Amino acid sequence: MTTDTSTALQIRLRLPRADFVLDVNVCLPGQGISVLFGASGSGKTSLLRCVAGLERAQHARLALGQEVWQDDSASFFVPTWRRPLGYVFQEASLFEHLDVRGNLQFGLQRAKSASGALVLQKAIDLLGIGDLLARRPSELSGGERQRVAIARALATQPRLLLLDEPLASLDHARRQEVLPWLERLRDELHIPMLYVTHSLDEVARLADTLVLLERGQVRACGPVAEVLAGGGAPGAAATDLLGEGLGTLLRATVAERDARWQLARMDFEGGSLWLRDTGLALGESVRLRVLARDVSIALEQPRDTSIQNLLPCVVEALEPDAHPSQQRVRLQCGSSTLLARITARSADALALAPGQSVWAQVKSVALVE
Amino acid sequence: MNYLDADTRSAIALTLQLASLTTVLLLLLATPLAWWLARTASAWKAPVGAVVALPLVLPPTVLGFYLLVSLGPQGPVGHITQALGWGTLPFTFAGLLLGSVIYSLPFAVQPLQRAFEAIGPRPLEVAATLRASPLDTFFSVVLPLSRPGFVTAAILTFAHTVGEFGMVLMMGGNIPGQTRVLSTQIYGHVEAMEYAQAHWLAAGMLVFSFAVLLGLNWFNRGTNRVAV
Repeated sequence: MTTDTSTALQIRLRLPRADFVLDVNVCLPGQGISVLFGASGSGKTSLLRCVAGLERAQHARLALGQEVWQDDSASFFVPTWRRPLGYVFQEASLFEHLDVRGNLQFGLQRAKSASGALVLQKAIDLLGIGDLLARRPSELSGGERQRVAIARALATQPRLLLLDEPLASLDHARRQEVLPWLERLRDELHIPMLYVTHSLDEVARLADTLVLLERGQVRACGPVAEVLAGGGAPGAAATDLLGEGLGTLLRATVAERDARWQLARMDFEGGSLWLRDTGLALGESVRLRVLARDVSIALEQPRDTSIQNLLPCVVEALEPDAHPSQQRVRLQCGSSTLLARITARSADALALAPGQSVWAQVKSVALVE
Repeated sequence: MNYLDADTRSAIALTLQLASLTTVLLLLLATPLAWWLARTASAWKAPVGAVVALPLVLPPTVLGFYLLVSLGPQGPVGHITQALGWGTLPFTFAGLLLGSVIYSLPFAVQPLQRAFEAIGPRPLEVAATLRASPLDTFFSVVLPLSRPGFVTAAILTFAHTVGEFGMVLMMGGNIPGQTRVLSTQIYGHVEAMEYAQAHWLAAGMLVFSFAVLLGLNWFNRGTNRVAV
């Protein structure tokens, strides 16, 4: 992965945990959302806390662009409160002794920015909390609390926003309520975000860069589409961590809406897919997620099938999967990549080989934003 | 108010003065001590906590006795106070104040320590990510969040000081206008067989103590309701 080091977030650290050592050396892009993904207890929250300086790693070097926050080779450590970062904790962490406005102003006053009022107004608008300013934290719903916590972090004008599973403490409905606001942050703010989650749905919707963590080690790191498809440095197949989430992300645009069947056609580079019409406008750009388990392969163009999405592809590579009975088939569809997870027996029966022309049958596609 | 003779009035005034000063001094002293006890991982935490709690279990006469000996003309502290030109502290208001501060220490430290511990590390971390320095965090986050603890500490310290007797007798010696407080005044009345006066004061103390504890209970219930 090539990263512009003048704005990048460099993280190199070691931190012994109870049953493993968090040992990380990554360089993340200075824009967009970098997601730290892993099972609970994989060290992702610890990593985030070390970046914030809430926990002190050993042998660490942390730098955002040219600004060094910690360099143990020079015994240099900037305490959390002097680092220009925003942090959103997993559970709502609003100050109970202040109302929403007081919470928002807490960081704003201390950040000593000239354009404070403007920044605050922007944060309030961005998260749609203008009506909540006079409320006490105890009078807010879980989703509202998290939106206030995010706005409070933004009001300090951070150069890096850290989010520790901000949706984990919310139920499904509240999560769906907060997610669009997070997407809005990604699209409208120009600060890098480091986002911890163990939800692949959040990865698919939010991530630009994906870091897979397992027992304190980075298993893969790179652009999200690449890592979700089993790639990404250091290159070791990390498909076991993704489980059923292995698949591809396609960037597409809404090209046609079929009023009769309530379907919409999404064009991506190399083909198009029909999806349920959710009312998106023509020309709108979307992210589509195609899971490897939902793609099957036929040698001839299938006829008389219920599957609507059939794509002519070329086999690019056959790769082993986590379990020996399964096989991963990397397919080239125009300039896009699709992954299919099929049984090794089928792969053998069809005599699949790189360069072969096949048809991919896509059983389901998820619209992730 | 026939029963409030000059002696009694002076005893009441002295009691209130002693209790107020003790409360103010103790809150100033107990806050950093309680904060340290609430946050430290040091091996000294347990011994220091035990020393703070000693006045809860020791007879006040034991504390008073050691204070009397160490502050007296032959005692180690007495030597220092005399060398500094302050004279000796026993049988003075200052000596009484010092004794009260030590005697009521756990009543200030323990509620504060519990309040600080109840806050937990999260609000402090949040404040740090919002650019607040540790000192700033203490005043803008810890103090407001532990307000119920401060109210409890102040009320208990005040009430406990009003009710102290053994320490006063040992250290103060019951000198009218200087060290004679309400509790020793009652004792004096009983010794002199003035039961009527003793009744008035004793009943007054009873009502005062009951009102304080009832008020504290109400206050704590009220804050709990807000916190939930």
